[in-house]
Amino acid sequence: MNELRELYQQVIFDHYKRPRNRHALDHASHEAEGHNPLCGDNVKVYLQVEGGVIRDVGFEGGGCAIATASASLMTEMLKGKRVEEVAHLFDEFHDMVTGERPVDTAQLGKLEVLAGVREFPARVKCATLAWHTLRAALDPRHGRVSTE
Amino acid sequence: MKVDREVVGAPGAVPFDAARLREDFPLLRERVRGRPLVYLDNAATTQKPEAVIEAIASYYRHDNANIHRGVHALSQRATDLYEAARRTVQRFLGAASPREVVFVRGTTEAINLVAQSFARPRLGPEDDIVVSALEHHSNIVPWQLVCAATGASLRVIPVDDAGEIELGMLDKLVGPRTRLVAVTHVSNAIGTILPLERIIALAHERKVPVLVDGAQAVSHLPLDVAALDCDFYAFSGHKVLGPTGIGALYAKGRHLEAMPPYQGGGDMIRTVTFGKTDFADVPAKFEAGTPNIAGAIGLGAALEYVERVGRAQIARHERDLLDYATARLAAIPGLRIYGTAREKAAIVSFALEGMHPHDVGTILDAGGVAIRAGHHCAMPLMQRYGIPGTARASFALYNTREEIDALVEGIEEARRLFA
Repeated sequence: MNELRELYQQVIFDHYKRPRNRHALDHASHEAEGHNPLCGDNVKVYLQVEGGVIRDVGFEGGGCAIATASASLMTEMLKGKRVEEVAHLFDEFHDMVTGERPVDTAQLGKLEVLAGVREFPARVKCATLAWHTLRAALDPRHGRVSTE
Repeated sequence: MKVDREVVGAPGAVPFDAARLREDFPLLRERVRGRPLVYLDNAATTQKPEAVIEAIASYYRHDNANIHRGVHALSQRATDLYEAARRTVQRFLGAASPREVVFVRGTTEAINLVAQSFARPRLGPEDDIVVSALEHHSNIVPWQLVCAATGASLRVIPVDDAGEIELGMLDKLVGPRTRLVAVTHVSNAIGTILPLERIIALAHERKVPVLVDGAQAVSHLPLDVAALDCDFYAFSGHKVLGPTGIGALYAKGRHLEAMPPYQGGGDMIRTVTFGKTDFADVPAKFEAGTPNIAGAIGLGAALEYVERVGRAQIARHERDLLDYATARLAAIPGLRIYGTAREKAAIVSFALEGMHPHDVGTILDAGGVAIRAGHHCAMPLMQRYGIPGTARASFALYNTREEIDALVEGIEEARRLFA
């Protein structure tokens, strides 16, 4: 049961019950929609980018506690980041939740609370849905997002 | 006759005892995350008794050869075992002849076979096929494919809030251009047992054939396809204690005779020249290539096991589990059960207020309880209820009331965590 407490930390419940930035952006410069066919969850990510800097972020949708909290935490940390930093953050976050390699979690800030996902491989897609959608919003070559 | 024997128990049978039956299933001794496994995902797939595992291993150890061709002794043994399995399926379903049983990979392939070989040549732009809103994707998508290819349309019998199909609508939907009615026997997502007798009677009055998706029914309900008078009945081995990759399609002999082959290859021909090929008789006409011989033998062993236990006894035991689970779950605050039809199989689909089914599934798993969370490959039905999915506990002959207690305990843990 310790793994469970590790997965469902208070920060995650906080962001699940009171998600931050859960709204569309009126003047979004980038947006994309992501879908997790496993559970039917959808998330939409909106970005307002100016001069290569992410000025504002919002999201709609979500799903389970992990997917919703992950989207909420992601939007919080992205504000003020440069667009070219996103690819690196994506990789760090992805590898942290899959446990593929040890990751220096300090640079991920609060997102570290999602590290517990690595003990639950079936839930990795929940945690990464918003991130895949973010990547697609910034680079349409990634196409329609599906976690499958 | 067969059903009667199962009611009183096969010769030498012992009274139904789930605790004893569990000993026949080696996997049920597994531990998950340090706890005894509570396996409540039987609608996805069932565990296998030793008799099935042993039948497959024994075939590979002692009898493996290709069928229907060798003059040598092993080939004859393999052929005999394969055809004996077909007769077991025939008896189990209540089919008139083994010629009416086609081995396929599973329910999905059986439905695709009927869609492509039976329905497609009969469909034109004005025609339609009728399904219900309870269907699994495997009884929706094959029909959409043939509709797209022919211009025909798909009509859907709606369901009410309880999860029962609206029979009155069936009367309106089955019209002069309806070429087939395709419905499930039991809803995999919410457990509704469909009133097949009435559906089939109405369709047949209008000369419309009926296909039944039996994937969720075969291991739980006594069955007699001849009495039911359905035209097609499809099921998968792995949901009835058998191996994956094998299933069967029952079809009335006259349909099979009239249908063109589904796939071409070896084993389905009589003679081949480059000018002309004569096809084999049914059912070989539909079994191109070397089939899943070991799978068929394993399926035969699974059905014999179910017959030994007795389908009526299994149905009674599962009814008790369903009633017990429904009562215990309904008493949990904030829990809603989806699917409250009067006739239900042992499936309880539910949602907890403020919690996503995936979270419920993960928390239960941490306690060793395996359930399914999601849309159950029935997205149109989930849309009907306006939900992304549910958590689903589905029971089999080897489940016990104690396991339902473990489920309830896990749900309480989830509620405490999310409080």
